[in-house]
Amino acid sequence: MANLTLRYGGQAILYVLFAAFVGYFSTSPPYQHLPPDQALLRLSFRAPGQLTTDCRPRSPEELAKMSPQLRAQMDCPRERSPVHVRVDLDGKLMLDETFAPAGLRRDGAASGYRRQPIPAGEHLLRVQVNDSVRVKGFTHEAERRLTLAPGQVVLIDFLPDQGGVVIR
Amino acid sequence: MPAPTGSAGAPAALWRAAESALDRLCGVDDNPLRQLGAIGFYLFWLIAVTGGYLYIFYETSVAGAHASVEALTHGQWWAGGVMRSLHRYASDAFIAVIVLHLVRELMLGRFRGFRWYSWVSGVPTLWLAVAAGVVGYWMVWDDLALFVATATTEWFGALPGFGAALVRNFIAEGAVSDRLFSLVAFLHIGLPLVLLLVMWMHVQRLTRPQTGTTRRVALTGLAALVALSLVAPAVSGPPADLTRIATSLPIDWFYLAPLPALYTASPEAVWVASVGATLLLVVAPWLGRTPRPRPAVVEPAHCNGCRRCFDDCPYAAIAMAAHPSGKGEIAVVDADRCASCGICAGSCPSAVPFRSTATLASGIDLPHFTVDMLRAAIDATLRPAGTAGTTLVFACGHGAAPTPQPGLAIFTLPCAGLLPPTFVEYGLRLGATGVVVVTCAPGDCEYRFGLRWTLERLEGTRPPRLRRSVDRSRLAVIQAGPGSRAALDRDIEAFRARLAARATGSAAGGTSRPTLGETTHG
Ligand code: HEM
Repeated sequence: MANLTLRYGGQAILYVLFAAFVGYFSTSPPYQHLPPDQALLRLSFRAPGQLTTDCRPRSPEELAKMSPQLRAQMDCPRERSPVHVRVDLDGKLMLDETFAPAGLRRDGAASGYRRQPIPAGEHLLRVQVNDSVRVKGFTHEAERRLTLAPGQVVLIDFLPDQGGVVIR
Repeated sequence: MPAPTGSAGAPAALWRAAESALDRLCGVDDNPLRQLGAIGFYLFWLIAVTGGYLYIFYETSVAGAHASVEALTHGQWWAGGVMRSLHRYASDAFIAVIVLHLVRELMLGRFRGFRWYSWVSGVPTLWLAVAAGVVGYWMVWDDLALFVATATTEWFGALPGFGAALVRNFIAEGAVSDRLFSLVAFLHIGLPLVLLLVMWMHVQRLTRPQTGTTRRVALTGLAALVALSLVAPAVSGPPADLTRIATSLPIDWFYLAPLPALYTASPEAVWVASVGATLLLVVAPWLGRTPRPRPAVVEPAHCNGCRRCFDDCPYAAIAMAAHPSGKGEIAVVDADRCASCGICAGSCPSAVPFRSTATLASGIDLPHFTVDMLRAAIDATLRPAGTAGTTLVFACGHGAAPTPQPGLAIFTLPCAGLLPPTFVEYGLRLGATGVVVVTCAPGDCEYRFGLRWTLERLEGTRPPRLRRSVDRSRLAVIQAGPGSRAALDRDIEAFRARLAARATGSAAGGTSRPTLGETTHG
């Protein structure tokens, strides 16, 4: 009898221990994704850069060399510019990176994603973008004064058809 | 005869020690460590049933998802809440159990050679199970779900084909759509269905796979999970808010452990580690090049198509086909599935040593360990003069090895199941005082059914049967695992002492004691 009690008791303990193991690691230990006093700065965009070159009329000699059904008057190269992004936080450089257009012919949109935890509190965020190789300096720019709570997410997007740099 | 080698080594001994310890608590039959695969199937069904209940109340929309889960959790805590918690905890237990199952087969060395198929087909279950669980966490659409969604898309975004734009689906207001929730729900049902298909494929090369647990394990396990669900119900965090990210997250380490590594290391590192580990698992059966013994061979002239080997093969390696003679059927061996255990040789009705042919030709045989070799070895032991008093020992090469003693003739077999029962009678008729059959420990048969078939054949409940007329008191069947040599030696000694006492006692009219299947050692 004592032996039986021991066996059933032992089994009960075994299953309880397993359940406790499962229950514990199901939610614990917590994962500290960001330090408690940090906010998150994200850059995420997907935008085609400007075309690298304008269309240009073809000369008669060039046209003569082409097969008749392909004889278009204008030559329009489709290569796009890379998108250069520069982010300054409180006057300090945080990111300075160039994102290449997609596609073998470099004729697709450029896309980028970066994340950077920053301390919560007051910040001055300045974002500059260049999406054309034909322009020196930057083509778009935005500046925002931010007051960030811990865990708050700031998203930097680049939407050329909606005014350029968007800070949300 | 070449002596087969057992699966020794420290990892195997360690695992066996753990199993024996639990045997003492749960008994061999109800020891969860001995039925981990079956528990995997059981938990899968439990997850499916509880998930089905949750799905009735789940709303597949951005606005409705979180609220519908909250209503289920708190509005009907006694049903939906318990179901949700059971769904969660059974899923966690599922991962724990299949990882333990993998560790068991690894530590016991059961992943090489003919087992490659079982092993390799097990690997994708890990990915599918984790993927299904991760998607499950999106469904709740709380702060944890948002983290899971962004982290997994960040992870996939690191792959060349996907690109950095993937994560945009989860970080901009308005990007998360109801359509996306339909996709997530579809994946959360579809992935487990694929998992079930792979689980089914996983047991295709096993005869009678144990896909159900014993009743006690099922009920005690369920009771433990229900208790856990009541004590610590699964709950949601605050609804997902794309402008905020939780700094501290109560993550489920069974499913989400790789995600923190994306940030402590990098997405690329997690890809390398996970794909690398998977590839290592997949090629593991072929690392270390242990030569595979030759598969069983069928002799058409002696195969009468009785199907016994077909029934007894633990690895579905035998099929029946039309006999080349045009009459009846013949057994056909699939060499890649064959474990070379010899259980088929032990089942063959042609393996009768009394036949007076010069060579004993059987219907199915191991080329490197034929029943003819076994008969020749017995003949060589018992036919010379002065061998009276010899005790024959047929020992499973994977169980305990008996210590050689004067008067003991030990034959080590690849599996006790290779022994045709007629060989017991043959040995006794040739003058052996007794026969000992040593099998592996209960619940630990290297070839799944070797132990069970051996016992049933010797008890006369499964063909080929040991004839009723054979004196059972001169036969001892001892179940002894690799770690119990000393106990085995003691049992053999005791058996021989009984035989000796009987020899003197029977002259004085003593009684005999049956010994069949009485002794077991872990
Ligand atoms: C969903 C997950 C899994 C389930 C439900 C499952 C289930 C099973 C079952 C029921 C058996 C048959 C046991 C028997 O009747 O003897 C088995 C055998 C086996 N499993 Fe799994 N398994 C899973 C995953 C894995 C994984 C991940 C691996 C390793 C990578 C693995 C390796 C093996 C091996 C090698 C055997 C053959 C054992 C033998 O031949 O003795 N399994 N599994």
